[in-house]
Amino acid sequence: MDIFLQLTVSGLSTGMVYALAAAGFVVIYKASDVINFAQGDLLLLGTYLVFFAVAQVGMPWGVGVPATIALAVAVALAIERLVLRPLVGEPVISMIMVTIGLSSILRGAVNAIWGPAPRSFDSFLPEGDIAVGPAVLSAGRLLSIPIALAVLAALWLFFRHARDGIAMRAIADDQQAALSMGISIPRVFGVAWALAAASAAIGGIMLGDIVGVSPNVASIGLRVFPVVILGGLDSIRGAVAGGAVIGLLEVYTGGYVGHGLSLIVPYAVLILVLMVRPYGLFGKEIIERV
Amino acid sequence: MSFECGVFHTRYESDMGLRPRPAQRIRLGAFAVFVLAFPFFASTYWLDLANQVAIATVGAIGLNILVGYTGQISLGQGAFMAVGAYAAGLFTLNLGLPWGASIALACVLTAAAGTFFGLPSLRLKGLYLAIATLAAQEIAEWAMTHWTAVTGGTEAIVLPSPALFGIRLNTAFNFYWLAVLAAAGTALFAANLFRTRAGRAFVAVRDQDIAASVIGVNVFRTKLLAFATSSFFAGLAGALIAYYRTIITWERFTLETSIVYLAMIIVGGLGSIRGSFFGAALITLLPAMIANLGRAVQETAPAVAGLLPHAQQAVFGIVIILFLVFEPKGLSKLWGNVKDYFHVWPFAYRRE
Repeated sequence: MDIFLQLTVSGLSTGMVYALAAAGFVVIYKASDVINFAQGDLLLLGTYLVFFAVAQVGMPWGVGVPATIALAVAVALAIERLVLRPLVGEPVISMIMVTIGLSSILRGAVNAIWGPAPRSFDSFLPEGDIAVGPAVLSAGRLLSIPIALAVLAALWLFFRHARDGIAMRAIADDQQAALSMGISIPRVFGVAWALAAASAAIGGIMLGDIVGVSPNVASIGLRVFPVVILGGLDSIRGAVAGGAVIGLLEVYTGGYVGHGLSLIVPYAVLILVLMVRPYGLFGKEIIERV
Repeated sequence: MSFECGVFHTRYESDMGLRPRPAQRIRLGAFAVFVLAFPFFASTYWLDLANQVAIATVGAIGLNILVGYTGQISLGQGAFMAVGAYAAGLFTLNLGLPWGASIALACVLTAAAGTFFGLPSLRLKGLYLAIATLAAQEIAEWAMTHWTAVTGGTEAIVLPSPALFGIRLNTAFNFYWLAVLAAAGTALFAANLFRTRAGRAFVAVRDQDIAASVIGVNVFRTKLLAFATSSFFAGLAGALIAYYRTIITWERFTLETSIVYLAMIIVGGLGSIRGSFFGAALITLLPAMIANLGRAVQETAPAVAGLLPHAQQAVFGIVIILFLVFEPKGLSKLWGNVKDYFHVWPFAYRRE
């Protein structure tokens, strides 16, 4: 039972990082139909930027985190303007390859600047353990769950109520109609990338805190796909649910089954979902079928 | 197909040839002479690179058949090459087959595996198919590292080097001929494939699958055939790598590999055979060029030289993006522009 509790907490905290990355992916996909293979690298960027701000420059956490988010947003806006905008309307393969290229550039830049060796910084999440009955739970992991949920809730509220959020939904629904209503599509695409970068940066900061600063952080980028396919490609709620399910499945298989199966369970789920319910748990039921 | 003054075909056969114009035949001949003479004056370093390019060409043409000509996006190239490499190695080691038979069997087996992984294309399109093949690639990587009974897990499999007519193909010079033969054979096959009904059906499915099915193309069978053909050559490339290195490790067949091959056909040109070769050459030579640049500036600017190995990945990304933004049709189109310019040179028509 105590192991179960520990695994659950660890799975949920990993799952919430997945959800943060996936939410960014969903926002970009929803607004601009771009499949962002560089989502994991935006996380990586967040991790290293906060390491730079806090450990190398010596900013206090209260300054370092907003500075990190601001920098990540600036990078994302530059990416959107310089790389994505000239490619609007290109086929799927170009979109996939361009984000793969971006991922390569970001990873190369991070490696060139900070080197491949793992780093660490003083944790801002509490370090101790909390005993819940027989189980010993990491306080940092426990606390990361509500933080992530708060960020995701803010994103969801943004889509529901903010002007730009509604504009984004309008564009996702019908680009031409949105355009004729006076919605600025470039602005909305920019907002989408900024939001995705911010949510990824927060995920990256938490990941750097929980797991440590290393280039491996980027590997989360691929875990985004099982999460968003399970949750539904265009749903923030789906990203949260998918993140939780995939995170839990991973640690449970890792903890109870072993054999490295935890590495492929998400992908087995992915294939299953694609075959049975390609629009996922919460996605819109429109899918390109053959 | 462009026309040329003074070229008159009097027989249908000559009009329908792969290279109907004299200029094309001269270029092809010059290239063939270069390829045949190359190993006699190139150093081992360049021969090794040439072998890598030739093998990559086989794989890139294979992937281009699927992605460029049939429009089915696959991130599973690495997995298919792994099937070819491991099958070719294990047929020789466990069943004692000669290397030629192993490679042939491995290609057929990879084609079967490709057909199986192509089954999702029955229901999925575009992005969803790409994600499904991504999952297949991840599962294949897991199988390579964890299915120890067959693949030896993370331990490498060591193969005997192949021999032809009593000559062991264990040097770059000797292997060159096999690699070039494979690349030329693949290119010839692909060039002719798209003159047949099956090949035309591939293109029809890419451009408009509904229209294709209306005019009598069985879309699903065509897609599976494309997966089979494409992975046949992916398997060949994998098997060649296995026998060239005489060592099989899973690191050669990861998602990175799939991405590198996709980059080759993007940079070279989707739906172009010569583009597959150009792309394979550029992407294979890129790391070598950066390494050489690093050695060149080692003396004058050691700081820059130290940064270059890390920059390699970034440069790879930059090349992909530059091509996508500025020349989405790739090197093949650039070469076409050069040819078109000289086609009418010096009487170029210019719009000022």
